[in-house]
Amino acid sequence: MAEVTATRQGPLDGLIAGSVGVAIAPAAPAHRISLRVGADGIPALNAALGLELPTVPKSSVTSSSDRMALWLGPDEWLIIDEKLDPMVDVAGTDAVFSVVDVSHRNTAIKVAGRGARATLEAGCPQNLSDTAFPAGACSRTVLGKIEVVLVRTDVNVYRIECWRSFAEYAFEFLADAAHDCMA
Amino acid sequence: MLLIHCPYCGEDRPELEFRHAGEAHLVRPDPISEISDEEFEAYFFLRENPKGLTYERWRHMHGCARFFNAVRDTVSDKFVVTYKAGEPKVEVERGDDGVARVKGAGR
Ligand SMILES: [Zn+2]
Repeated sequence: MAEVTATRQGPLDGLIAGSVGVAIAPAAPAHRISLRVGADGIPALNAALGLELPTVPKSSVTSSSDRMALWLGPDEWLIIDEKLDPMVDVAGTDAVFSVVDVSHRNTAIKVAGRGARATLEAGCPQNLSDTAFPAGACSRTVLGKIEVVLVRTDVNVYRIECWRSFAEYAFEFLADAAHDCMA
Repeated sequence: MLLIHCPYCGEDRPELEFRHAGEAHLVRPDPISEISDEEFEAYFFLRENPKGLTYERWRHMHGCARFFNAVRDTVSDKFVVTYKAGEPKVEVERGDDGVARVKGAGR
C-alpha cells in the first residue's frame, strides 16, 4: 500500500516582512487552550498546568518549560505551549472549569525589533508605553479592524494572536505599518 | 479618543474595545408567564432614552469581555462612573456647574 503523508500548512507559512528595525514573521505552531475557571478552582488548575495562573489584569506568566498563561478576563485565560499539550495536563483535574482547544482557531505573528512598538501603534488603540504595557503584559485588544491578543514577550518582542481566518489581514497590516514606523 | 474605565481591568481603555449593551438595571418580571401584554411591552420594548444622565450596560467586548454598568451623560457623552455588574445603582447628581458627579463625591 502506498505511504501517504499529510503535511499541515499554516496560513502564513514562509512569509516574512519588516523594515529597518522591525522583523515580522509567523510564530511556530502551538497548542492553545481557552480556560475558564472560578477562584475556587485555580489551585487545582495551577497544579495541573505547572504554573501560577496570573490574577492581575493584563499580566502573563511563563513557566520554566515555556508554557504561557495569559490573563484575558477575571476568570478567563489563554494557555499557549509550543511543545506539550495543556489539554492533556488538565484532563481529569478535580475542579469545576471549562476548557476548549483553540490551537487551530488562532495563529500568531511575532513582531520584533526597536520599531516593534511603533509598528503595533499603527493599529492598536491601547497605551503601549513601557509603564502601561511593560514586558510580560498581555491583553485582548484591537489591531486595525480585528480583535487580537497582544503579548509583550520581551522589551522589543511582541506576539500577536489572531484568528486564523484573519491572519493574512493581520500580517499585511503589520507589514504595511512596519514601513511607516521610522525605526 | 474617548477612554472608558473598565471596572474589571481597573484602568481606562480605548472606546474601540467596548460595545454599548442597552439600558441597565432592568429587572425581569417573575413569573414572566403571568404578566399582561402591556407589562411585557413595558419590560421588553419600552426604554427611557433620556436627554442627560442615563444608566447603561456596556461590555468590554475586545478586552476582558465582561459586562458592566455605566452612568453617562448623553449630552456631553461623558462617563460619570462605571461599576461592576450586580453592584447596586450608583447615585449621581448634577452640580451647580452643570457637571454630573457621584453623589457626595464633591468637586
Ligand atoms: Zn475590562
